[in-house]
Amino acid sequence: MAAIEILGLEKTYMVGFWRKRPKRALQPLHLTVEEGEIFGFLGPNGAGKTTTLKMLMGLVFPTSGTARILGHEWTDPEIKAQIGFLPEQPYFYDYLTAHELLDYYGQLSGVPAKDRKRRVEEVLQRVGLTDIQGVQLRKFSKGMLQRAGIAQAILHNPKLVFFDEPMSGLDPLGRREVRDLMEQLKQEGKTVFFSTHILSDAEALCDRVAIIYKGELRGVGAVEDLTSTVQGKVEVVWQGTQIPASMKALGAECHVTGDTVRAVLAENQQDAAIDALRREHIRLIAITPLRTSLEAYFVEKLQPSQAASAGKTVGTAV
Amino acid sequence: MSPRIIQIAANTFREAVRDRVLYNLIAFALLLSGAAIFVGQISIDIERLVVVDLGLTAVSLFGVVIAIFIGIGLVSKEIEKRTLYTVLSRPVRRWEFIVGKFFGLAGTLVVNTFFMAIGVFGALFYVAHKFSKPDALILVALYFIVLEFLIICSLALLFSSFSSPLLSAVFAFSLFVIGSFAEDLRGFAGLAHGVTRWFATAAAYLVPNFSALNVISAAAHEQPLSSQLILHNTLYALFYTAMALSGAVLIFERRNLK
Ligand SMILES: Nc1ncnc2c1ncn2[C@@H]1O[C@H](COP(=O)(O)OP(=O)(O)O)[C@@H](O)[C@H]1O
Ligand SMILES: [Mg+2]
Repeated sequence: MAAIEILGLEKTYMVGFWRKRPKRALQPLHLTVEEGEIFGFLGPNGAGKTTTLKMLMGLVFPTSGTARILGHEWTDPEIKAQIGFLPEQPYFYDYLTAHELLDYYGQLSGVPAKDRKRRVEEVLQRVGLTDIQGVQLRKFSKGMLQRAGIAQAILHNPKLVFFDEPMSGLDPLGRREVRDLMEQLKQEGKTVFFSTHILSDAEALCDRVAIIYKGELRGVGAVEDLTSTVQGKVEVVWQGTQIPASMKALGAECHVTGDTVRAVLAENQQDAAIDALRREHIRLIAITPLRTSLEAYFVEKLQPSQAASAGKTVGTAV
Repeated sequence: MSPRIIQIAANTFREAVRDRVLYNLIAFALLLSGAAIFVGQISIDIERLVVVDLGLTAVSLFGVVIAIFIGIGLVSKEIEKRTLYTVLSRPVRRWEFIVGKFFGLAGTLVVNTFFMAIGVFGALFYVAHKFSKPDALILVALYFIVLEFLIICSLALLFSSFSSPLLSAVFAFSLFVIGSFAEDLRGFAGLAHGVTRWFATAAAYLVPNFSALNVISAAAHEQPLSSQLILHNTLYALFYTAMALSGAVLIFERRNLK
């Protein structure tokens, strides 16, 4: 069973105070997220990620389309007991302490009274919020709010979590911890769906990603496939700054960085390259098949229809 | 009733307490004791009347101000601050949220009124040195005041579900003032002609009839109140409140959160 099936969700906001005009935030989106995977929803700011998540949470109503979550209609309130949601830049009742907030949310999510205290302590530990007994949320820093937000999303032990920009507002150590936490959630068999505009977070973490730009889905796939080996190229790295003439003859593009040289050349020249280095008694460090980075894929996906949509705008303006 | 409604109501009450809403009781106590001591000194047989009239009027006004000022933010503030996101992404129905908020605010006002009522009876005892049978009328007047609060809470919530706090406050206060003259308005409507009459009558019956709920003067002058009035007012207030709350739910159910 798929954890999330988005069936053509689409959103057009009406903007403007006086004469309202439509603004398309999301084109009809079709997307399936399998159970147990970490799925990255990538896109630059304003791409429509938050809009999609808010529709899935029932906070904003789609212009058209439906979705299924954990096999149920997405509007079924009962499935909400099995999902957790971290909003973008979360904000909470600031007159409560984190313990009170989580206790209240535990009640609303139907966590039995006898388990609640223990669960609250557990999740606060887990997100690294300690020494906050008696501190009202109004005194929390941005990073602490983010941690509290993650705590409330996993409090009721949901099967599926939605995180909107989970690393934002965190320092490098905090990002690392959140990454580890998402990996643990996956190990516990949970499905993680998170949005981000930071590619390195996604590349390190995701099983699959979708790329969305200007409300339009531009690509979906396993990270491994998207960062697939570039047709028949290898990267050869050796020690020193010396570039043998025979290497150049093989058609290698060489770059010296510090006291190593990186050369990119055709895979079928690999053996010849090794021989060339041996002859010169140069120490070989690594040979790896060349992969495109997720970033390269991402940029590529944003390019073509940037032009296309520019064309469209001109077209409609005429 | 779903446990979530009670949980939301309890949290709303807790918010009011933490926001120091109950501190108004201090101002109320000062006002009332000042008045009691003052009339106690001039003492010309109207102490009871003054204390009851002034005390109950203050109970009503303090409560109305609190009901409006909290009520107008109950929904819009939560949308504005986005505290609703993590509530509505739980198994909470939107109508439960509205109803829970209503009970939380109504509960706050009932508790507040309870303490004020103790104050009124205290002041009464101070000036009259005893309680007499007509004092039971004060209880009826207090009951009607609470009914009035229910209506105002539901109206403030209704406005809060679609407009900004400022506009909601304006709407709610206007309705409170107009509603306090509802009987007069009905009278005027009867004098008009044609389409005007039709509209005036509709308006007069649409605004909450707070004049019927105001028996402060009767209680002060020890005029008897019929049980029929009590029944009628109870049904009216419950019906009006239910209607306003249903309106709030209908609007909120369709609302896109910011
Ligand atoms: N409430 C709203 N009213 C009008 N436009 C909106 C609203 N929310 C978002 N948008 C617009 O929809 C687009 C997508 O926004 P969003 O989903 O927040 O993007 P992301 O989360 O990917 O940064 C943006 O162009 C944004 O300006
Ligand atoms: Mg966003």
